[in-house]
Parts: sequence; C-alpha cells; structure tokens
Amino acid sequence: MATTTLPQARPAYRSRVYDWLTTVDHKKIGVMYIVMSFGFFMIGGVMALFIRSELAVPGLQFVGEATYNQLFGMHAVTMIFLFVMPMTTGLANYIVPLQIGAADMAFPRINALSFWLVLSGGLMIMMAFAFGGAPVGWTMYAPLSVTEPATGVDLLILGLILAGTSSLLGAINFMVTIFRMRAPGMTLLRMPMFCWTTLVTSVLLVFSIPVVTAGLVMLFIDRNYGGGFFDPAQGGNPILWQHVFWFFGHPEVYILILPGFGIISEILPVFARKPLFGYKAFVFATASIGALGFSVWAHHMFTTGAVYLPFFSFFTFLIAVPTGIKFFNWLATMWGGQLKFDTPLLFAVGFITLFLIGGLDGAFLAVVPFDFMVQDTYWVVSHIHYVLVAGSVFSIFAALFYWFPKMSGRRLDERLGKVQFWLLFIGTNVAFFPQHMLGLDGMIRRIADYSDNAGWTSLNFLSTIGAFMIGVSVLPFLWNVFITLRKPQDAGDDPWEGYTLEWATTSPPPVHNFDKLPPVRSERPVFDLRHGDVHGAPVAAITSGEAH
Amino acid sequence: MSATTETATGHGATEEGTPSKGMDAALLGVMLFIASEVMFFAALFGAYFNVKATTVPFPPEGTEEFITPFGPALLITIVLVLSSFTMQWATMRIRKGDRRGMNRGLAITLALGVAFFGLVAYEYYVLITHDDFGINSGVYGTLFYTMTGFHGAHVLGGVIGIAVVLARGLNGQFSAKHHSAVEAIHYYWHFVDIVWVVLFTVIYVLR
Repeated sequence: MATTTLPQARPAYRSRVYDWLTTVDHKKIGVMYIVMSFGFFMIGGVMALFIRSELAVPGLQFVGEATYNQLFGMHAVTMIFLFVMPMTTGLANYIVPLQIGAADMAFPRINALSFWLVLSGGLMIMMAFAFGGAPVGWTMYAPLSVTEPATGVDLLILGLILAGTSSLLGAINFMVTIFRMRAPGMTLLRMPMFCWTTLVTSVLLVFSIPVVTAGLVMLFIDRNYGGGFFDPAQGGNPILWQHVFWFFGHPEVYILILPGFGIISEILPVFARKPLFGYKAFVFATASIGALGFSVWAHHMFTTGAVYLPFFSFFTFLIAVPTGIKFFNWLATMWGGQLKFDTPLLFAVGFITLFLIGGLDGAFLAVVPFDFMVQDTYWVVSHIHYVLVAGSVFSIFAALFYWFPKMSGRRLDERLGKVQFWLLFIGTNVAFFPQHMLGLDGMIRRIADYSDNAGWTSLNFLSTIGAFMIGVSVLPFLWNVFITLRKPQDAGDDPWEGYTLEWATTSPPPVHNFDKLPPVRSERPVFDLRHGDVHGAPVAAITSGEAH
Repeated sequence: MSATTETATGHGATEEGTPSKGMDAALLGVMLFIASEVMFFAALFGAYFNVKATTVPFPPEGTEEFITPFGPALLITIVLVLSSFTMQWATMRIRKGDRRGMNRGLAITLALGVAFFGLVAYEYYVLITHDDFGINSGVYGTLFYTMTGFHGAHVLGGVIGIAVVLARGLNGQFSAKHHSAVEAIHYYWHFVDIVWVVLFTVIYVLR
C-alpha cells in the first residue's frame, strides 16, 4: 500500500537465493516463469534440431526410430506446455498488475504455488526420458497411449496434470486480479489489450483445463487400474479420448496465441505513435475468438467419421472473421503512423506477416475435402509451426525486447536484436514453408525416415537448414541478455514513450509497484499524462472509445 | 507530476469505474474454481454419455440388480441433501452474527459428511465382494468408480474444509461481517451435493 510506511532497512541479512525461492512478489515470480520457460524453450529446441537432423536426408543416420518417436512428442509437449504457456503466464504475471495499476496479484501465495507446480510438472515430464520415454506424441491418442508399456507415459500424464493445475490456478488468479484490483478510473473498456487477452485466455483455461485433466485421469486409470474408457474390448471408445483431448486442445491454441495478439496490440500503437485502431472492435473480436474456440474442437477429427462435418467446418471458418478484424485493426494502426523500426516493432511486423500465412493455411484445413487429403501430413506440421513459431515465438520475443527495460532498467542491444530477428525470420520461412509442399506431396508426419526416391529429399534438407538457422538465432539473444545485464541501468522509466500504466513507475518497479498513480481517463493514461498540457487541461478527460 | 493523484492500489476505491462493490476477491476465486470443477465433472459425464451412445448394451445386463436407486445410494442422497440444508442454515446463522448456531450447523454438516463416507464404503464393499463389480469390470465399472470416486474425493475435500472452518468458528473467528471462509465452503458444499444429485439421477435412476 502506498500509504503504509515501509521499514527502510532490512532487519537482518537474507540470502538472495532464499529471497527468490520464497518470494510472492508477482514481478519476481514473473521473472522466474520467464527464465524457466526460456530454459525449456532451449531444451525443446535441441529436440527439434535432433528431429530435423534425422530428417535431413533419407535413411536413419542420427537418432534411430525409438528415440525419434520419443522426441517428436516431447518436443511438442515441451514447447507448448513448458515454454509458450508459462512464458506468456510469466509475462502476464509481471505486466498485468502493473498495467492495471495494482500492487500485486489477488492471491500472491497461490501465484507462487502456480510457478512451483509448473516447474515440478516440467521436471516430471523431462524425467520421462529416464523411464522409457513417452513415444505417444503430444496428442497421446488412444489406444497407443494405453498400450504403450513405458512408465514415461505415466510421468508425462502426471506432469501434465501438475502443469494444468498450475495454469488453472494462475488463470483464476488473473481473472480475480483483473476483476477486483484495477486502479481507480480503469474501466474494463480502458484496460490495455494485453490485459484483455490475458483475461480471455484465463477464461479459456478455466473451462478447458479441467476437461483435459479428466481425460488424463481416465488415461491413467486405463493404463494402471485396468480401466476400459478407451478400450473397445471392454465397451470403451478410443474416439472418446480425441473428444476430451481436443475439447481442451482447440481452446489451447487460442491460449497459446491470444497473449501474443495482446502483445502485438501493445507494441504497434506505441511504435506507430498512434492509438490502437478500433479498440472496442478488438476487445469484442478477442472475446468472440474465445467463445468460438469452444465450438470447433472436432475439426481435428474430420477423418474419424464420428463428427458432424458441416457444423465444425462452418464454425472454423467463422473464427477467421474476428481474426480478420484484428489484422485489419493492426494494419490500420500502422497506416499513416510514424513507424519507428526498433526491434519490438520488427518482431511485431514479422508476426503479422508470417501469422497471416499460418492463418491462411489453417483456413485451408477447414475445407473438409482438403482436410481429408492432408490429414496428418506435413501441411499440418507447417500450419502449426507458422502459428506457433511465427505467432507465439515472434510475439514473445517482441514482448521480451519491449518489456526488458521495464524489468531490468536496461535496453537490449538493437543491433544484436536485428541480427536475431533476421535469422529467425528467414529461418522460420526456410524451415516451415517447404513443409507445405512436402504435405501436398503426401509426406506424413511423425516418420523418422523416408524413401530416397520419394522426391522429398531437397525440401527436407532445406527445412533442416532453416531449423538450424532458428537454433542459431537464439545465440545472439542470449549474448544480448548477458552483455545488457552487465551494463548500468540507463534505460529510464519510459524508454519507448509508452501509453500504459507500467511506464508510469520506475524501471524496475519498487516492490509495491507504484508510489503514485496517474489518473486513468482513457486506455492511454501515460500518454494523457505526458501530453495533458497540449489539450489545455492538466489531463484531458477522454472517454474510452471516443478518443479516436 | 502535478497531474498525479495519491491513491491506494485498487482496494476499496470509489472513483467511477472501479470495482468498489461486488464480490469479495477470495469468494470470486472460489466461484471460478467451482466453475472449473463443473467442467471437470462435465467431462466425466460427457464420457459417460459418449460410451452410452456408442456401446450396446449399456449399462450391461445384470447390473440393474446392484446399481439400483433403492440401495445405499438412496441413503447417500438423503444424507447429502440434508447436509446441504444444514450447511445453508449454518451460513444463514453467521450472516445474522449467530456464531453458536453456525457452529452447530457446521458440526451437523460435518457429521453427515462423515456418514456419507460410511455409506460409500459400505456400497463399494458390497459391490466388490458380493457382486464382483470393480473398476476393471468393463467400461461400465470404470465409469461408475471413476465418477463416484472423484465425487467422493471432492466430498473429502469439503469435509476437510468444513472441519477447518468449524475449528475457526469454535475459536470465534467469524462475525456477521467477516466470514468469507464460511461463504466459500458453503458454495463448495452445495456444488458437491448437486453433483451427487446429478450422478444419482444419471447413473442410478435413468441408467
């Protein structure tokens, strides 16, 4: 609380390690989330390099089929559940309370619990490698996942339940924080877009995570207690697994990308020196993507013959509408703006360019006959990587460059950032664009080898080169963080001349976040504070939505 | 910085557009948690209906002899529904500031919760030893034990919660104004009871 007098000196020496291990400060927890997920990002990346090395040329030269089968599933699990989800949670942990002008999350201790749960879950999932691995793919389809004898699969199931519980508690925490702890004057329709996307993501998590938890419990019972949920011999139904999995799995893809949409919507207006175009339309598009996300799960199951195709095809196309609104708004935000091509904007523009490809090749998949043709081919692999690498990863790097000065008081090096961006941008396209062609050529996913007369060799080799470019692109970033953290804290409180409340406090912020809060009269309180005198009054009262 | 105002951070603020009224943060958290629990049981019921729609005959013939609405399940239903009323009574007492009445209500609810476990243990015991019906007796057995078992686990959570709240009540920690823990556990307990009523209807009555 700003009004409470805080003791000026620490009563006794406590080690910094102890401080971090026991902290309930949302900023420290956020940083721990970010560091942990970046570690898992590199582990998952190394797995990807193993996979691509094996596929570079025909024949089995590198890892062999057994290891390969463990790697492709673990790569996906690591990247989705241990990198993108905790990374966006970490960013939201740090930024959301600052953006709404709160002192912390609503439940700081549950917040710490969430972090330690996902870390335990992650370690448990990694332990699977020591217990026969989990060669069942990240989708864990029955009956393979039931009959696979390796104990690693059980560790994977339990680890995912822990990580899911962490996400669930985190989501409840974000929702309560956003609903109950906003600064005076900050109505829901004056909230920064990143808070909005975090809110919608949290709603999706609260309603989808329990479903997959139930599914994982069923799988665990089938595997260990002789249950028959997914066993036709006992009257069960293997397709049931696909229903419970994808009922979670499709909202999950919006859980992975919506925070990215929010990040891009924070960065574009600041670097174009304009307000976000169509703020309210953006809010409603976000909410409708969330709602529609629950009505499309069976488009992953077109070829099972067990679902009503026209319904799920129609709703899948429908999601393109709010997504299109977002694209329109992003372009209109940049239109006529004074674009400042610093690294955050580079990543944001890279996101818009490449995510469009991922959106379009996804729309192809909504066409039922086309989906029948490319089911389980590299077309799908290409699509998922264009939305997850070009979408989530680009937005995450944009966010790291954008908010690093707030978290550390130092700006990351622009030149190294640009080197990293171009390596990643070119690498992403070289790695994943050829996979469209491979998919159309009929190369199915999850195979360790292919015939040398299939005509897939050169495209696969190209894809492997791209994958290694992506791998190399991480090195300038690590070096950048290393040298920047050794520099003095010279970034200032507001290096980008930002619009939202996190820029109204010091960099890094004090434990209680704000000594003073500016009044909130629009969705750009810090802009109002800076330019208040231009409008005559100390701060012009602008009603949200009428500002532009 | 003349344009800034000194302010507390979020709590009890009164300016337009701020969350000054409405639900207590902890209670809102509990409600959202219950919402997620609803989805957990929805998935289990979804599995039940999915199997029911794809498997013939379902439930298997012969099971109507021991999965019947007139066995221990009826007693369980009576016990749990009764406990919902006593829980509601306890909550209404503390809203009026009657700590003693609340403690009595909580104690009776706790006793009924414990009675539930006695009944479930008896039912499971008879089913397993007498009727040879276990979790691995085909998908019907798996569904039956998973759904009733997870419901039981949630009752256990509720009973522990009630015990904690009762202990705090006996310490005199609650008043008409400050009793969010009582409100929270009472929401949760009603939720657990409603799940049982649906379970009873779907598994025992409608089959």
